[in-house]
Amino acid sequence: MADKDDLGRQGEQLAAEYLQQAGMRILDRNWRCAAGELDIVAAERRVLVACEVKTRSGLGFGSPLEAVSRRKQARLRRLAICWVNAHGVLFDEVRIDVIGLLRDRAGHFTIEHVRGVS
Amino acid sequence: MPVARTHAIALVGVEGHAVEIEADIQNGLPGLLLVGLPDTALREARDRIRSAIVNSAEQWPQRRITVGLSPASLPKRGSGFDLGIAVAILSAANSVPAAALDGVAFIGELGLDGQLRPVRGVLPAMAAAAASGFRQVAVPRANAAEAALVPGLQVFSANSLRGLLSWLRGEPTAGEADSVQITEGGTEPTTTPANTLRSDGRKLDLADVLGQPVARRAAEICAAGGHHLCLLGPPGAGKTMLAERIPTVLPRLEKAAALEVTSIHSVAGVLPDGGPLLTEPPFCAPHHTATKAAIVGGGSGLIHPGAASLAHRGCLFLDEAPEFGRDVLDALRQPLESGEVVVARLGMIARFPARFTLVLAANPCPCAKGSGGQAACECSPTVRRRYLARLSGPLLDRVDLKVEFLPVSRSELLSDRKFAEPSAKVADRVAAARQRAADRLRDTPWQLNAEIPGSELHGHFRPAPGALSPLERAMDLGQISARGLHRVLRVAWTVADLAGVSRPTADHTTYALGLWMGRVG
Repeated sequence: MADKDDLGRQGEQLAAEYLQQAGMRILDRNWRCAAGELDIVAAERRVLVACEVKTRSGLGFGSPLEAVSRRKQARLRRLAICWVNAHGVLFDEVRIDVIGLLRDRAGHFTIEHVRGVS
Repeated sequence: MPVARTHAIALVGVEGHAVEIEADIQNGLPGLLLVGLPDTALREARDRIRSAIVNSAEQWPQRRITVGLSPASLPKRGSGFDLGIAVAILSAANSVPAAALDGVAFIGELGLDGQLRPVRGVLPAMAAAAASGFRQVAVPRANAAEAALVPGLQVFSANSLRGLLSWLRGEPTAGEADSVQITEGGTEPTTTPANTLRSDGRKLDLADVLGQPVARRAAEICAAGGHHLCLLGPPGAGKTMLAERIPTVLPRLEKAAALEVTSIHSVAGVLPDGGPLLTEPPFCAPHHTATKAAIVGGGSGLIHPGAASLAHRGCLFLDEAPEFGRDVLDALRQPLESGEVVVARLGMIARFPARFTLVLAANPCPCAKGSGGQAACECSPTVRRRYLARLSGPLLDRVDLKVEFLPVSRSELLSDRKFAEPSAKVADRVAAARQRAADRLRDTPWQLNAEIPGSELHGHFRPAPGALSPLERAMDLGQISARGLHRVLRVAWTVADLAGVSRPTADHTTYALGLWMGRVG
């Protein structure tokens, strides 16, 4: 397994723990369909939260949050709808969040959570 | 997070408008949103500014940045807003103190490496800044001399964003190249080299035009009164030569006129590198393939002044005038009447001053062999008439002096050497005549004889008794129009001014009539 995949997996685990601490229920992890993959699907009261997790080990290629382009935001929204359809649950609102994690040299992570990006 | 504000200037033609730049940083995915009618060059500013800030060792805020340019309805063009936007973003991120930005207008384009690059139109922008109440401006170093022409402004100029930022924060700068230079506007004496020296280093003088005494005289009258001139003659007789030398007998521009002329050239981006202020009357000779937009101004993005405006307070020379497009020539009628060009575009109207002396040159026919001599012209009368008919009509009616050049023989060239006067001497006479006219017109808004309206010619400024009779005769014979009569009268005033006479007499009006009809010499 390549280093970057390890980093990503580690980041997603940390993000899920973070969301749980923040009071959300994790409904799904790494859910896939034909259109792509959702990293984390969670619920915050009556709101469905589809969460994209980006982990980076340095700023050489820009910040993790920057990597989520407009196109990707649109795709996340489509995927969230797919998830709702596939599971047949009703929510008042569907929200897209992005969590950016940055690992420094010592192996510590900085976490940034942006709610409702689009 | 508070909203940070800086100011910049948007140009419409040669008029500047103060623009407020607001930067707001919100939580969200990183990105820069630019609102307020930016054009393509300004939209591209997003990427330029980001690179410039990062390469100036500054922190780019990793959040959602919204930059608004107001008034939002005014179209904003070009790259001059880069600096103002960059400083506003850094101030919104609390890395530049907001107090340092109060009352400062920022103009400049940013390079990707954080260098400050010069922009066009700095002089009119500075004039607008001063008029809008700014006392301090920050500009690229390369524009500093131009910006300092405006009195009452303190000009901060820097080579790089890094230098300007440390100065705004009150920190010491790393090196000499980065430091900010402070110039007080309007204090520096500025001059440009005399325009008798052309870009190729040749010295021009009216005495070079040998064998054409009438044409030299016509050039003198045209310079003294601001009249328009048409030169007709075979190739090689010296039409172009004469036209090029008209600016050498024109007086230098006064301060206000020089600022006007420099503003137009600044917007066009054709200012010379040396002295920033143009004090010599400009000479503009567009090629006959020029389009209407090139002559009167236009363009889709940034509206460009045309040749007519670049020749403002100077001389516009149309060589081979019949070869110009008909619509191009007709487009000149508006500036000839009103002294300004109005270019209307979606959402804005640009006005450029265009008060120039028009000099037309034409061959008598397309084959241009001329009459007389061994190789006579082979064109039929119809062809000749049709060729010059491209010029005739309303445009030619606005040309005061028509001079026909005749082929010169060798003996005439040699004998004329004794009579040809140098430009300096003619320029003295022109200056004296202009002074006479200015004294007479002291209580009026006009300065030159060519500017006096027709009604005044019969009211305040009447010629000597009997002076009008040759003109009345010509009008009875249908040789001149009513407008033509006024134009001839104005020329007669200039002829009288050159002769040092208080009022034109019948001699002067007859001479002016001859010049109008092209029958002198």
